[in-house]
Amino acid sequence: MDERVAAAFALLPDYLGWHMALSASALGLGILISLPLAVLASRFQAVRWPVLGVASFAQTIPSLALLALFFPLLLALSSLTKAWFGTTIPALGFLPALLALTIYSMLPILRNTVAGLQGIDPAAREAAKGVGMTPLQSLFQIELPLAAPVIMAGIRTAAVWTIGSATLATPVGQTSLGNYIFSGLQTENWVYVLFGCAASAALALIADALLGLIETGLGKGDPRRWLTGGLVLLIGIAAGVAPLALHSSKPAYVVGAKNFSEQYILAELMKYRLEKEGAVVTAKEDLGSSFAYSALRTGEIDAYVDYSGTLWANILKRTDNPGRMAVLAGLGTDLKTRDGVIVLGTLGFENAYALAMRRDRAEALGIHSLDDLAQHAGELTMGGDLEFFSRPEWTALVGAYGLNFKAKKQYQPTFMYRALGSGDADVISAFSSDGRIAADDLVILTDPRGALPPYDAVILLSPQKANDPRLRRALAGLVGSIPVKAMQTANYSVDRDADKQTPRQAALALAKVIKR
Amino acid sequence: MPKLEPHTYPAIAFDGVSKRYGATAAIDAVTLEVPHGQFVALVGGSGAGKTTLLKTINALIAPDAGVVRVEGRPTAEVEPPELRRGIGYVFQEIGLFPHLTVARNIAITPRLLGWSEADIAARVAELLDLVALPREFAARKPDALSGGQRQRVGVARALAARPKVMLMDEPFGALDPVTRAALGEDYRRLHETLNLTTVMVTHDVMEAALLADRIVVMKAGAVVADDTPRALLAGHADPDVAAMMQTPRRQAERIEALIHG
Ligand SMILES: Nc1ncnc2c1ncn2[C@@H]1O[C@H](COP(=O)(O)OP(=O)(O)OP(=O)(O)O)[C@@H](O)[C@H]1O
Ligand SMILES: [Mg+2]
Repeated sequence: MDERVAAAFALLPDYLGWHMALSASALGLGILISLPLAVLASRFQAVRWPVLGVASFAQTIPSLALLALFFPLLLALSSLTKAWFGTTIPALGFLPALLALTIYSMLPILRNTVAGLQGIDPAAREAAKGVGMTPLQSLFQIELPLAAPVIMAGIRTAAVWTIGSATLATPVGQTSLGNYIFSGLQTENWVYVLFGCAASAALALIADALLGLIETGLGKGDPRRWLTGGLVLLIGIAAGVAPLALHSSKPAYVVGAKNFSEQYILAELMKYRLEKEGAVVTAKEDLGSSFAYSALRTGEIDAYVDYSGTLWANILKRTDNPGRMAVLAGLGTDLKTRDGVIVLGTLGFENAYALAMRRDRAEALGIHSLDDLAQHAGELTMGGDLEFFSRPEWTALVGAYGLNFKAKKQYQPTFMYRALGSGDADVISAFSSDGRIAADDLVILTDPRGALPPYDAVILLSPQKANDPRLRRALAGLVGSIPVKAMQTANYSVDRDADKQTPRQAALALAKVIKR
Repeated sequence: MPKLEPHTYPAIAFDGVSKRYGATAAIDAVTLEVPHGQFVALVGGSGAGKTTLLKTINALIAPDAGVVRVEGRPTAEVEPPELRRGIGYVFQEIGLFPHLTVARNIAITPRLLGWSEADIAARVAELLDLVALPREFAARKPDALSGGQRQRVGVARALAARPKVMLMDEPFGALDPVTRAALGEDYRRLHETLNLTTVMVTHDVMEAALLADRIVVMKAGAVVADDTPRALLAGHADPDVAAMMQTPRRQAERIEALIHG
């Protein structure tokens, strides 16, 4: 078997287990909320339109955005519960994913239940009254059973949607089959991407078939069918979720990673060093760039690597650039007083935002610096990663150099380099530690006006674990020990097409280079 | 309320009962008494208010004015489910529950009343015999029965909890004449043996004349005639009623003429 397929299979129990636990509980919760709501909606006009309206509206929100929106909501709620009850609620991971998917699952169940109940022959309802049933007896013994096939059809639709959308739980820090897709996309591991899609599709098809069996069983009034369907479904969920319960030794440390290769490698490196100290560690990967710091601040992760300029601009909201050392010093004191977050130290390399061009193209146009670039910007297309144009760095560049491009395009980082290669973009927002700069023979344009802040990679520790000796001991050795060349090599070993390494392998190779 | 002596009151009594839907008076100030053991046929044209009047008896329709009493108690004072469990009702549209077997349909009211499973099973078997259906039918769903068989199940279900009052809304409509006559005669025998009080709505004057002790004719929500079949067949002051009562007689005479040339 292909090595990558084998690696994918090794992760399956964990990913599949979480995916099933998440979709099953979201669907279950969705049913529990939707059925009573739909019964009320079918009875009262005044309930019907608001309920169906809100559910339809929620459905129009892209599911990734819906998941992301729960993060600030839960964060605010968490600070409320902290003030009132002294406990926080997790804003990342299972809870936001569960809530968003639950809302997402509700519309088809609501719609079909209302339609099913309203479609019942009024004669049947009157007959139920006539034989002496109370309204509740009529509902449970006559109306719901008669509407059951239509309701089940709604539940089937909801199940397929929920299982598909559960892959999007990955960026909010909840493990799911989406982990294959997101990390595969990032490291161009298409085997992972396909594996994740196939696994999620297969899960949806199986769930749909079993629920379909229940639906026809209910429609035909054949208890053997719907009992079989229900039983197989329950056993399947139990079997899928069981592995999670088996190895659920609570980790002592959680290291975080944002959603690109360097972050995966550094998370693996921190994990490796902690494990050498005998600790149980898990990694929470693929955190959206803005989620990572909040996750650290609230203690959902204990350590991760961020970049000084990013923290300076996005967390401290500073727009000035007092120089590299001043930024680091400012971060050290301000993050500590503001959030209790500790800057353990710099890793020894910068991963700066820089504008890069193909060497041949830059030389042909005589572009060396950003000043030169401004002269030609009107004929050039700028490619940025998904967040670049909304970042303060971009505003700073435009302010300092008056860049005015012919066109701007956004890419997922992997495809951004491809676009540069193919000529779809002339300039891209690159990262200085990216191995592809050397490999693709790109030039970094100089920044004579100092518009871009410094981006020293720094290790951050959460307030709870700020004084944890084992954590400090394990990570202190990393401070100042990774030169930019070493990081570029490690990054490239993961990003390249041939002889691809996993982030774990790259981290182990990097560990060998580190002397301490 | 102390338990009433049997038959101190009529089984059913209407006192100035009216029901309006917008401008139309579906029933218009009806006052009527049905003594125990009587078989009353309610006849009249389509839209005359027969179904509406019948449904006020078991409170499926609440009158706008007037009082309906069953066994002397105003129906408005009894919890509707309790009232209905004591009155058998055969619906115009049959109203069997399609997702339940014949046995479960028949057993529905006894089950609501909390009878034991053994009593219910015995009662279902007894009722299938009573309405002349094979016992194997117990496990079938209503859609696996013929129209006439379904009507029989409807009657069995209405009788299941041993009501003393039976309300039937065109119970034998949509049946071929032979089955219809047979079912009617079967039911009339049940009415006698079980000592029931029956109010049956029908379009068919012939059926009313042959089965009922008394015929009540409605027109535009009001009672326009109320007498024994014999008296009404003899003639009536209202020309519409007289014409309607002539129909079975004229038919009978024409049949007679056909047979004897
Ligand atoms: N829910 C309702 N809303 C409005 N009008 C109604 C309603 N139910 C009955 N009616 C009207 O009341 C009148 C009496 O109706 P009802 O059903 O009692 O007639 P019926 O004598 O049973 O007729 P049929 O022999 O056709 O069954 C009719 O004019 C009918 O249109
Ligand atoms: Mg009617």
